[in-house]
Amino acid sequence: MNNFSYTPAATAKEALGLRKDTKEAAFIAGGTTLLDLMKANVEAHPQLIDINQLPFKGIQETADGLRIGALERMSDVGENALVMQQYPVIAEALLLSASPQLRNMASIGGNLLQRTRCGYFRDPAFPCNKRNPGSGCPAQVGDNRNLAILGTSEACIATNPGDLAVALVALDAVVVLENAKGKQRRVPLLDFHLLPGTTPQRETILEPDELIVAVTVPAAAHARKSHYVKVRDRASYAFALVSAAVGLEVQGGQIRSARLALGGVGTKPWRALEAEKMLVGRAATEETFRTAAAAAVRGAQPREHNRFKVEMAQKTLVQALQELMAS
Amino acid sequence: MNLDTKGDAAGTPHNSAPEDGTRRSFIKQAGGILGLALAPPLISQAERLTAFSKTVEGVSTMTLKVNGTARTIQAEPRVSLLDALREYLDLTGTKKGCDHGQCGACTVLVEGRRINSCLTLAVMNQGKEITTIEGLAKGEELHPMQQAFLKHDGLQCGYCTPGQILSGVACVQEGHATTDDQVREWMSGNLCRCGAYPNIVAAVREVAGKA
Repeated sequence: MNNFSYTPAATAKEALGLRKDTKEAAFIAGGTTLLDLMKANVEAHPQLIDINQLPFKGIQETADGLRIGALERMSDVGENALVMQQYPVIAEALLLSASPQLRNMASIGGNLLQRTRCGYFRDPAFPCNKRNPGSGCPAQVGDNRNLAILGTSEACIATNPGDLAVALVALDAVVVLENAKGKQRRVPLLDFHLLPGTTPQRETILEPDELIVAVTVPAAAHARKSHYVKVRDRASYAFALVSAAVGLEVQGGQIRSARLALGGVGTKPWRALEAEKMLVGRAATEETFRTAAAAAVRGAQPREHNRFKVEMAQKTLVQALQELMAS
Repeated sequence: MNLDTKGDAAGTPHNSAPEDGTRRSFIKQAGGILGLALAPPLISQAERLTAFSKTVEGVSTMTLKVNGTARTIQAEPRVSLLDALREYLDLTGTKKGCDHGQCGACTVLVEGRRINSCLTLAVMNQGKEITTIEGLAKGEELHPMQQAFLKHDGLQCGYCTPGQILSGVACVQEGHATTDDQVREWMSGNLCRCGAYPNIVAAVREVAGKA
């Protein structure tokens, strides 16, 4: 790991001011992604700005939903009673993420910025358009078993690795950002992550002079009745091959509203908007679920080693919806 | 001047005002400036205002509170808590496995919570209570989790064991050791290449039963 200077910031203004002075500086909260990538020489920063003292805390019920401070830890949010009762898909996604140790460290804001696990990105010996723009993408014809089938481009097929973001994007979460002038803006999580296109190095709309303050989630019947299913190579402590976040409002056997998102298959947390439309107004049956699941993977572009994800994603979605209806 | 890192995540009440990038931080800063105003007048105004952003660069003095004792080291900011424990404090009970947060061998408790000491910096953990495997026993009397690992033969080569034991202690304290399945899930951050898992589960379950 390259050497760096370390500065604990007392306020957001101060943290953002330091970043302005040193553009290559990075913010550190939990550090679980940052230090991992710095040790692997994937990232190098001359300065780390510790933002743990910033007041971006709290897990609160607001007038229209839930507000989670960006510096809350994954473990605390995953076991919060309000989150578990009113937004179960968020709690489930969190507790199926990483390990208890990592969840005690990792912040909510940092988790939304988690970087891909693509082996070519993580190994500086290889070209990678995300790490070194214009150098190429060996994953297209290489070891792409864990990589994306939706939202891919000729430049990049790296999977967004998160679980939390999949649950949040399903529930219409909004990210609250603050810049150096103290001005805040609210961005739907759906628009927060970017498709790789020809610029896979740019992963979110977050500006260099902005920090994530909080995430808000609107209360809804489909949030209260929601569920997360994660399929992995081992029973626990692994990234998703495929995951599904689902939420339904059902009255008299008929679906009134639906929320679907997929993890492990997209270059960003993948909301299945077309599939949701195929559920609304229909009977909550396995047949309906299968039709919607087929719509969710329409347009998928699998590569040689990840073709299995097309079927697995559909089965995972159907399973999640069936488990939700049985709960 | 080292910034005291006490009083962050763990102790902060979950009731801060919404969109509070201004109010609480202002109070904090105002309080700090007031405090510094009482310092000897030799400190210039500029120095007072920049006191919050004291940058640590190169080898500097850090104080870590490990197993109840404050220990001082001279280290760079890039030194992980794991390396500080092993290489600077000779507390080699905490093991370096993958050094990337994937194996759990480096598990220690910080403020009572289990973490991977390889993915945090020593400089960030000043002022916090750090517990390593060396701090569990009371003199010659082993911690109940250590005794249970001996009784159930919860190890073969022993390399992952300090991490397993610290993680097991936390697992029981968290209330995540009520069934074998729950222990398997909540101990999944600690890998054991020898495959002593059934015996590790038995040890953690026994301590949980007595707790």
